[in-house]
Amino acid sequence: MIFQHLGAAFELVLTWNMFLIMFSCALFGLFVGSVPGLSATMATAMLVPLTFFMDPVPAIAAIVTTAAMAIFASDIPAALIRIPGTAASAAYVSDLNALTRAGKVGRALGISVTASAIGGIFGSLVLIFAAPELALVSLNFTSFEYFWLALLGLTAAVMLGSASILKSLIALCIGLMIASVGMDTTSGLPRFTFGLTSLLDGVAFVPALIGMFAIPELIRTFVHRDLPPPAAPIGNPFSLFRGLGGVLWRHKTNLARSSTIGTIIGILPGAGSDIASWISYAVSKKFSKKPEVYGDGSEEGLVDACAANNSALSGAYVPAMVFGIPGDSITAIVIGVLYIKGLNPGPMVFLTSADTIAAIFLVFLLANILIVPLGLLAIGFAAQILRVPKLVLAPMILGFCIVGSYSIDASASGVVIMVVLGVLAYLMEENGFPVAPTILGIVMGLLVERNLVTSLIKSDGSPLGFFERPIAAGLALTVAIIWIVPVVLWVRRRKKRSGETFV
Amino acid sequence: MSFNRRNILALAATVVLGVAAPAVAQDWPNGPVTLIVPWSAGGGTDATARMIGTLLEKELGVPVPVVNRTGGSGVIGHSAIADAAPDGQTIGVATLEIGSMHTLGLTDLTYKAYTPIGLYNSDPAAIFVRADAPYDDMAGLLTALEAAPDREFKASGSAQGGVNHLALAGMLLAAGLPVERVAWVPSEGAAPGLQDLAAGGVQIATASLPEAAALMSAGLIKPLAVFADARLDDAKDLPTFKEATGNDFSLGSWRGVVAPAGVSDEVAAKLVEAVDKVVHDPEYLAFMKDRGYATQWTPSGEFESFMETSDKALAQSLAAVGLAKQ
Repeated sequence: MIFQHLGAAFELVLTWNMFLIMFSCALFGLFVGSVPGLSATMATAMLVPLTFFMDPVPAIAAIVTTAAMAIFASDIPAALIRIPGTAASAAYVSDLNALTRAGKVGRALGISVTASAIGGIFGSLVLIFAAPELALVSLNFTSFEYFWLALLGLTAAVMLGSASILKSLIALCIGLMIASVGMDTTSGLPRFTFGLTSLLDGVAFVPALIGMFAIPELIRTFVHRDLPPPAAPIGNPFSLFRGLGGVLWRHKTNLARSSTIGTIIGILPGAGSDIASWISYAVSKKFSKKPEVYGDGSEEGLVDACAANNSALSGAYVPAMVFGIPGDSITAIVIGVLYIKGLNPGPMVFLTSADTIAAIFLVFLLANILIVPLGLLAIGFAAQILRVPKLVLAPMILGFCIVGSYSIDASASGVVIMVVLGVLAYLMEENGFPVAPTILGIVMGLLVERNLVTSLIKSDGSPLGFFERPIAAGLALTVAIIWIVPVVLWVRRRKKRSGETFV
Repeated sequence: MSFNRRNILALAATVVLGVAAPAVAQDWPNGPVTLIVPWSAGGGTDATARMIGTLLEKELGVPVPVVNRTGGSGVIGHSAIADAAPDGQTIGVATLEIGSMHTLGLTDLTYKAYTPIGLYNSDPAAIFVRADAPYDDMAGLLTALEAAPDREFKASGSAQGGVNHLALAGMLLAAGLPVERVAWVPSEGAAPGLQDLAAGGVQIATASLPEAAALMSAGLIKPLAVFADARLDDAKDLPTFKEATGNDFSLGSWRGVVAPAGVSDEVAAKLVEAVDKVVHDPEYLAFMKDRGYATQWTPSGEFESFMETSDKALAQSLAAVGLAKQ
């Protein structure tokens, strides 16, 4: 099907013009991804006016390359200064940073760059070979299915924590409470906004993310004088590969599993690369032989989450190309560009513009392959900041945080949110409460609530609706098993133990 | 002169007043003309505004930066346009929400806070059902709705109080049915609402035609009528709601260029002239057509009365669905 168009596609892709565009967009994506506060979505939106002047294939290539690079590159500040560049890295920030502190920054980012590329290539292959069929499956998802999926995500939050389940639950609830601020889309009325217009759209996510990760670190640097000795930066980029093959080979099943999870979540409209990396990280921990090191420098968790978030990026294009339904906020913009370029999304586009579509698919593969060499270069440069003493670096990080939070809607409200939530995160961490479940609560809170309420409206308030559709029932069963099994095991262990005492 | 505090204040005041003094028409444009968009980058309003900004730059010979002031369900951006100095150096794009925000009690701002420049786009809402639905036309659906008990039919297409919700409510009222007849299932926008229709989550969806184009060409959903005064050029076969049922009703999202209230008549006239040229530029028209947006040009005074009508229609629909703030 796709093969007879490959020749024409190669002609469209292998030109100097394309090479230049992809190369410069890759650098742009690396920059945007590594600066906390600049998101991949923002970078895509900034590219749109430029794409007006390009042919269809270069226009899509520019966006695909920028986004793929940005999602990978957000791991760089996560590893070096413990601030995720985008939400997609939030799940495994502490792992990346723990590895950096242990002097293994090369290994950490080496895993990130290769797993990202592999996940991205996997997602692209799925897009190439099964887009129309998979898009039809995604159409079976209504609010009932999304409700269970979101609940699965929240369950992941509690399983993620290295802290006690109770503390993780409390942290999750704090996140859910923060998520409930703002305009309630189901009733159309503002909630907990205290009459502040800037809170109508809820607590802005990017400032929350930056604040909750960066501010506690900064407070510890300045107040507690918690100054670890500078970690050894990377000598030469090739050292990143040392021992990497072994790690990846050991975790080949993880790679396959997380690329699949990532692609599936990417395909579903309304769930993107951030949720993909959280869920695959949680699944990874659940099946790991060493769950205790998760959050404390687990290479296995990194492999999983990095593969998942880049594969989700490609998966999101499946419903976008076939039905014009965005799989995430980036494809929402891409759909607009497709229309401008006369590639109106729909099943027909695969027939009427087969050469162009095949060329776009090639671009997906190329962009993900480009991650490796360019990523290594970027890591080599960026890792030099580890030589800078922390007391010198910290004020600059604070500056970046302020600029990043401000840039979201060009107002001081983002900065206030960053500081308030940052101090909250500091207090939580000082008292042994994990921050990750709170972040997930903010991300997923609205998704759970909105799908719960809309489902109840559809079923006229009857809870039976949540189990009537086959996929919904399957997801419900999964959630039930995850919740019930640990309780059963715990009860059994207790019985056994109490039995032993009495014998 | 020593730089004591009073001197510095005086100096600052001179600078600020100097800048804020109303521009005389022959000075305009005096430096960049900022175009404020109340919605996020990448959306439809943003895309059309950026196209207008690019062409306006050529027309005026000064930079026209597009600034997205998002948040507050549109309140922040719309306020930013209204609060800007009325010197013509700051303009913006106002959308349909300027009529619903104040009725919802989110702000005191209304269309009266602006100097209307011109309406450049309005996309009427249309009503869709699944392709395998048992009704072939609008009359068939209305008959089914008349016979059905309240809330048996579910519809989606926007948030509560969003344009597509109000379109459905207004349609029911116009057809003489109670708004409770159809339960509104809120969605984050037209695309998720239409997907829910295709997935079988709801039986009816309201959205503009370009938003539904892909699912229509996939043969999954079909339009029954469009809420416009006349048939659309791109969909000659689709009857208007009035043709299909005899009841008059039209509603849809719209976008127009506005300046803050108080802009001098000369500057306003120059703005109208410049934007008029832009929206008749072949490059702009080709862009709007490719993207599936309807084009129109309703300048100044007519635009103001358009906004007034839209405001009243929205207030009526919002009151009917119980969302109007008392």
